[in-house]
Amino acid sequence: MGFEKFLFYLFAAILVFAALRVITVRNPVHAALFLVLAFFNSAVLWLLLEAEFLAIVLVLVYVGAVMVLFLFVVMMLDVNVAPMREGFIHYLPVGIVIGLIMVLEMGLVVGSDFFDADHFAAVAAHPADFSDTKELGGLLYTQYVLPFELAAVILLVAIVAAISLTLRRRPGTKHQAPAQQVLVRSQDRVRLVQVDSEEKQ
Amino acid sequence: MFEAFQNALGVFPESLQTFIVIAVKIVAILVPLLLAVAYLTFAERKIIGFIQVRIGPNRVGPNGWLQPIADAVKLMFKEIILPSGANRFLFLTSPVLAIAPAMAAWAVIPFGDGMVLADVDAGLLYLLALTSLGVYGVIIAGWASNSKYAFLGAMRSAAQMISYEIAMGFALVGVLMGAGSLNLNDIVQAQSGSFLHWYWLPMLPLFMVYFISGVAETNRAPFDLAEGESEIVAGFHVEYSGMTFAVFFLAEYANMILISALTATMFLGGWLSPFQGVPVLEQAFAFVPGLVWFGLKTSIFLFIYLWLRATFPRYRYDQVMRLGWKVLIPVTIVWIFVLGAAIYGGLGPWFD
Amino acid sequence: MDFQVPDFSLVLPELFLLGMACLLLLVDVFIDDAHRRVSFRIAQGTLLGTALLTYMQMGGPEQIGFSGTFVRDDMGSVLKIAVLLATATGFLYARDYLRDRNLFRGEYYVLGLFAVLGMMVMVSAGSLLTIYLGLELLSLCLYALVAFDRESGTSAESAMKYFVLGALASGMLLYGISMIYGATGSIDLETIRAAIGERDAGNLVLVFGLVFLVVGVAFKLGAVPFHMWIPDVYQGAPTSVTLFVGSAPKLAAFALAMRLLVDGLENLQADWQQMLIVLSVLSMGLGNLLAIAQTNIKRMLAYSTIANVGFLLLGLLAGTPEGYAAAMFYTITYVIMVCGAFGVVIYLSQAGIEADSLDDFKGLNKRNPWLAVLMLLVMFSTAGIPPLVGFYAKLAVLKAIIDVGLVWLAVAAVVFSIIGAFYYLRIVKLMYFDDPTSDAEIEGSLDTRVVLSANGLAVAVLGILPGWLLGICAAAIG
Repeated sequence: MGFEKFLFYLFAAILVFAALRVITVRNPVHAALFLVLAFFNSAVLWLLLEAEFLAIVLVLVYVGAVMVLFLFVVMMLDVNVAPMREGFIHYLPVGIVIGLIMVLEMGLVVGSDFFDADHFAAVAAHPADFSDTKELGGLLYTQYVLPFELAAVILLVAIVAAISLTLRRRPGTKHQAPAQQVLVRSQDRVRLVQVDSEEKQ
Repeated sequence: MFEAFQNALGVFPESLQTFIVIAVKIVAILVPLLLAVAYLTFAERKIIGFIQVRIGPNRVGPNGWLQPIADAVKLMFKEIILPSGANRFLFLTSPVLAIAPAMAAWAVIPFGDGMVLADVDAGLLYLLALTSLGVYGVIIAGWASNSKYAFLGAMRSAAQMISYEIAMGFALVGVLMGAGSLNLNDIVQAQSGSFLHWYWLPMLPLFMVYFISGVAETNRAPFDLAEGESEIVAGFHVEYSGMTFAVFFLAEYANMILISALTATMFLGGWLSPFQGVPVLEQAFAFVPGLVWFGLKTSIFLFIYLWLRATFPRYRYDQVMRLGWKVLIPVTIVWIFVLGAAIYGGLGPWFD
Repeated sequence: MDFQVPDFSLVLPELFLLGMACLLLLVDVFIDDAHRRVSFRIAQGTLLGTALLTYMQMGGPEQIGFSGTFVRDDMGSVLKIAVLLATATGFLYARDYLRDRNLFRGEYYVLGLFAVLGMMVMVSAGSLLTIYLGLELLSLCLYALVAFDRESGTSAESAMKYFVLGALASGMLLYGISMIYGATGSIDLETIRAAIGERDAGNLVLVFGLVFLVVGVAFKLGAVPFHMWIPDVYQGAPTSVTLFVGSAPKLAAFALAMRLLVDGLENLQADWQQMLIVLSVLSMGLGNLLAIAQTNIKRMLAYSTIANVGFLLLGLLAGTPEGYAAAMFYTITYVIMVCGAFGVVIYLSQAGIEADSLDDFKGLNKRNPWLAVLMLLVMFSTAGIPPLVGFYAKLAVLKAIIDVGLVWLAVAAVVFSIIGAFYYLRIVKLMYFDDPTSDAEIEGSLDTRVVLSANGLAVAVLGILPGWLLGICAAAIG
C-alpha cells in the first residue's frame, strides 16, 4: 500500500507540474509536449485505479492521435505569443478576483462533509483475472447502447461538417484516376510507326 | 544453470528478486533484438545486392560478416553536431523517443507458449498505443532540428502515420474479434489447429492491410516519404550525425522487426508449428521449439520488407493518402462486417 | 451476462430518421448538381415520415426504454412533431434561397436532419447522458450550418462566436451534471429525482450543480445574461439557417429545461424558480429595449427572441402543470411565428439581394399586398395583439404566474411587452405607410407561397380557436 501511495503522489505531482507548464510556458510546441506528459501521467493514475483499458486508450487516442495533430498544427502555424499576452496585466486584477471567488465556492462545495470518504464504500479489489475491458464493453453495448450509438452519430456529423466546410473543388487541380490508370493498354499509349529509312544522298 | 541462478537470487530480499528477474528477462529480449537489428542491416544490403545482381558488402570479416560491427564503431566515434538554432533538449531527446516504444513493445509479445515478459490483459491495445508513440520521435526531431528539410519530413511523417494507424487499428479489430481477446498469447492459442486455422486465411484482406500499413508506419520504402533521399535529402534526420543518427537507424530497424513479429503473431499463428495437425510431419518436427517457428515467420516478413524496397518506387504524397484513406480503410471496414457475420454464423474451422 | 434486448419500437422514429439521413448522405454523393432537388425531396420525405411515425406512437402512458436513457411520453411526441414540421417548413422556405446563393448542397439537408435527430434525442432524454449527447449533436450541426456559406466572412465569424460560446456553455452544463452526479450518484433522471426527494433539498452541492445546469439551459435558450451569441448568429448566418436556428431548437431547449428542471430536479423548484425569475426579467427587459434600436430585421428578431424567451421562462418558473403547459403552448406558437417572420424575410430576398434591413420592408403593401398581410399577422401576433395566437400565449403564461402569486412579475411582463409592441408595429408602419425603395419583382415558387400563406393564416386561426392546441399541450403535460 505504501508503495502505491508513493507512486500516486509521484505521478500526481508530475501531472500537476506538467499541467502548470502547459499554460505558463512560452513556446506553444513545448506547451503541447507538456500536455502529452500530462496525459501520460493521468494515464498512469488510471492504471493505479485498475482501469487499464481507459489508461491505454487515453494514451492511444490523445497522445497517439490527437496530440500529434495538435503538434502538427502548432508547428505549422508560427504562433506569436506576444500579442496574445497584451492586456494580460490589464485584466489580471479582475481575473484574480473571479478566480478567487470560484476557488472559494468550489472549496465550500467540495470541502463540505458531503464528499467525505466515509460516505462512500471503498471499491472492492478485483481478482487478477478481472478484465475491465470486458466489463466496459458489456456496459457500453447493453445498458448504454443508446448513448454509445449517439456518440457515434456525433462523430459522423463532425466528419460531415468538417468536410462540407473545407472541401473545395478548385478548377485546375490534378487528380489521379487510378481506375483508368489500371485499365490503360499498351496500344493506347504506344504507337509503333513504320518509318522508311532515308536514302543516302 | 537455471537452478544455480535461482539459488543465487535467494540472497536478495523478495521484492528485489522480482526486480532482478524482470531485468534479466529484459536483457534476454533486448540483446538478441539489437543483434538482430544489426544483422538486419547487413541482410538488407546483401539481399538488395543480390536482387540487383551485385555482391553487397564483402570486405569486413569473412564475407562481410563484420560489416555491421564496423558501421556501429564508425558511428560511435563520429561527432554529434548540434545545428545552430536547434532546440538542444528536444534535439537530443527525440532519438530516445523514437527507439523507446520500439523496444518497450516487445514486453507483450509471446515468444513461445507463455514465454512473455508481461502477460498483459490488454496487450493488443498496449501495442497499438506504443506503436502510435513512435511518431513523436520523428516529428520532434524534425521540428527541433531547425531545418526546412527536416521539418518537411516530420510533417509528412505525422500525416502518414496518423492515416495508416487507423487502417492498422481496424485490421487488429478483426483479429481481436476472431480471438475474443486482447491478450497476444490467447490470440495465438485461438489460431491453433493447423496451418489453415491461422488467421491469415479468414482475414486475408486484413492481413494484407495490416502489413501494408505496417510498412507505412515504419516509414519504409515505398512509403519512405519522411526520409525521401531524392526529395528532401534525408527528411527528419538530415541534421543528425554520429550516435544520435545511429539511434534513429536502430529504431527504424527495430520497428521493422516488431511489425514483422506482430504480423506473424496475429496472422501466422505466432509460435505455433506449421505442421500442427499434419499426421507424420507434426511428430517429426515436434522437437523444434516455438521460438524457432516464431523467428522463421518473422523472417519471412522481414524479407518481404527488403523485397518491397528493392522493387517499388516511392509513392507520391497524395498517392499515399489516397491509398490509406480510400483503399485500406474501406477494405478493413467491409471485412470487419464480413467477419462479424462469419463469427455470428460460427463459420468453421476458425470461429466454431 | 443478463441482457434484455431493448424495445426498438420506442425509438422507431429516431431510427428511421437516422437511417434516412445516412441514406441521403450516400445518395447525395452520387447525384450531380442538376439533380440536387432529389436530396431536398428525400429530406422532406424523411421529416414527414418521421412525424407520421411519431404521431402513431402517441397516446398511452409514459414508456421508458434503453435502461432508462430514453423516455417516450406525450409531451415528447408533441414537441417532436412540432420540431419536424418546423424543420420541414424551414427547408421548404430555404430551397430557392439556397439555390440562388450557390448553397444548395446535400450537406445542408444532412446536417439539418442530424440536428433534428439531436433535438429528438434531447426531447426524449431519460438521463443526463442522453441530454448532453443530444445537445451536442444538435449544436455541432448548427455550428456547421451557421458557417455553411463559406465565402461569407460574417458567416464564419458568427459561427466562431457561436462555437466558442457554445462550447463554454456545454462545459458549464457538464460541470453541473458532474456535481449532480456526485450528489445523487446517478445520471438517470428518475433516480436523481428520487435521491433528491430523500435528502434535504437545500444541499449545497445540489444547488451548486443546479446553478451550472441553469446556466447551460439559459445559454441554449438565449436568456440574458447568456444571450450574447444570439444577435450575432442570427445576423451572420444565412437567413435560411437563421430560420432553422431560431425555430426548432427552441422547442428542444424547452424540452431540455423540462427534462432537467422538472423531471429531474423538481424537488429543487424553490431554488431554480429564483434563478429563472432573474433570467426572465432581464431577458424581457433587455431584449425588448435593444430590439428598438436595431435597423437589421434579423438582428431585431434576435432581440425579440431574447424577449420571448423571457416570457417562456415565466411559464416554467410557475412550477405548476398549467405553467408548463402554458410555456409549451408559448414555445410552439412562438416557433410558428418565427417561421412566418423569417419565411417572409427569405421570400423577400431574391437572387443577389439580401432583404435583411428594415428599409427593405418599406412599402411592401404596394409591392406585394398578400405578403404584407402575412407579415402583419405575424408581427401583430408576436406583439400580443388579440385575437391572434400570440395574445393567448402571453395570456396563458401570465395567468399561470398570477396563480402562484407572482403578480409583480406579471405586471413587469406586461409593461415590457407593451414596450416591445413598438418595434413590431414599426414594421407594419414601414410596410403600409412608407414608399417602396425598390420596385423589383418579388418571385417565389408556388409551394412556398402556399405554405407561407398557411403559416401566416395559422397565426390567425389558432388565435381564434386557441383551445385545440392549448388542449393538446395541457394533455401532454398532464
